[in-house]
Amino acid sequence: MSFLTMLQVMGNGMLKSIGIFLWTLLLSLPLGLVIAVIRQKKLPVVTQIIKIYISLMRGTPLMLQLLVVFFGPFYLFKIRLSDGYRFIAVLIAFVLNYAAYFAEIYRSGIESMPIGQYEAATVLGYSKTQTFLKIILPQVIKRIFPALTNEVITLVKDTSLAFSIAYVEMFTVAKQIAAKETTMLPFVIAGVFYYVFNFLVAFISERIEKKMDYYR
Amino acid sequence: MNILNIEHISKSFDDLCVLKDISFSVSEGEIVSIIGPSGSGKSTLLRCATMLEYVDQGTISYMGQPMCRMGGDGKPLYVKGREEKEMRSRYGLVFQNFNLFPHFSVLKNIMDAPVKVQKRPPEEVKKQAYELLEKMGLQDKADAYPCQLSGGQQQRVSIARALAMQPKILFFDEPTSALDPELTIEILKVIRQLAAEKMTMVIVTHEMNFAKEVSHKMIFMDKGVIVEETTPEELFRSDNERTKRFLGQYALR
Ligand SMILES: Nc1ncnc2c1ncn2[C@@H]1O[C@H](COP(=O)(O)OP(=O)(O)O)[C@@H](O)[C@H]1O
Ligand SMILES: [Mg+2]
Repeated sequence: MSFLTMLQVMGNGMLKSIGIFLWTLLLSLPLGLVIAVIRQKKLPVVTQIIKIYISLMRGTPLMLQLLVVFFGPFYLFKIRLSDGYRFIAVLIAFVLNYAAYFAEIYRSGIESMPIGQYEAATVLGYSKTQTFLKIILPQVIKRIFPALTNEVITLVKDTSLAFSIAYVEMFTVAKQIAAKETTMLPFVIAGVFYYVFNFLVAFISERIEKKMDYYR
Repeated sequence: MNILNIEHISKSFDDLCVLKDISFSVSEGEIVSIIGPSGSGKSTLLRCATMLEYVDQGTISYMGQPMCRMGGDGKPLYVKGREEKEMRSRYGLVFQNFNLFPHFSVLKNIMDAPVKVQKRPPEEVKKQAYELLEKMGLQDKADAYPCQLSGGQQQRVSIARALAMQPKILFFDEPTSALDPELTIEILKVIRQLAAEKMTMVIVTHEMNFAKEVSHKMIFMDKGVIVEETTPEELFRSDNERTKRFLGQYALR
């Protein structure tokens, strides 16, 4: 089997990994922020629920969460879901998991803001929403950006977990090819893919960080 | 008509009573200095006057209109909604540590609230902002960011930011306490200039000579009460033991 054919066979998995990555970020970054903001309101019951959710998400492996979301509907409720559910299951698990981590990062950023920023905004008559969106959030994003980048790089590698419910078959295919042709090449291809992917993420994040460098 | 009327306000944090039955007023163009030992409640008083804290008792009004008045149940009732917003634009507060918005340029720090909160036309606000910057000696700093400025410059920007809201009265909470002596002089000069323009001001300060020179009225606070409220001349000649002891500390320096 030629190198190009290998690439083609594995390419599908790569595209799916990129899809999981983008969709997860697109949904979990805002969801994490919403969770962090709701938590800040310190409503007793809600705060407790959020705490339990975050500790579950952080305290159990993402692979297990994926399996639960994927097989749960069948084993618990005897619901048979179509094959398209694989992608939905991946998204639900990834978004819930990453939103929990992001919520914690947002929270630490929001809590690190000096009270004087709120007070100055209040005296100038900004509403609570204006204060948060215009004054607090931009500064929070700058503060937490390195931590967010770390999480995003982890996400790149975590997309490979989608193989556990057979959504991404790149590794299955790679293993098959490797066994049949007795070559390491498929593994090298997968490795290079993730490495380049992460390199791009790091590069873009560095550019954004530089853009926010104009103030301290 | 008085710009500010404070009547019988009290404020506690848990069981710590920080302000006890405080009353005073400020008339148009008047400059009032508040002095007193650390922890005597000076900041809390300014924070209550600017709705950063809410009083437990008493009434506060600006230009005859109540910001908070006593309700039937013995609890203070505060203005809400549009009235609250309108009330907040009557006063400005200059903080000890400036509290500029670090992600906004100097110009944006000054212009943003007048445009976004007061909804005034940006062109008009911009013109005013440049006038204020000129007055503060910062014409060339419009595009700088706060982190590129000295403490004295930052404080002048924060004064410009407060003035851009066109307040009727400006409060200062130890505006020079975070600054070196030579930067302190810059700020005192700006406040003197505002005094010459008949800006109504309430200044919490430890700069006794400055307070004596610039104020029409001085208030000496201790342990949450106003011990004396009189002209600077009288205060510095006071027979009151607490006043004498407090001012004595400064004479020794
Ligand atoms: N938010 C708060 N919670 C609890 N205690 C406070 C708070 N703010 C001020 N205090 C207390 O109130 C007292 C007066 O403080 P403050 O008004 O800052 O005094 P000053 O400005 O004269 O130094 C101090 O004992 C201070 O510890
Ligand atoms: Mg103070």
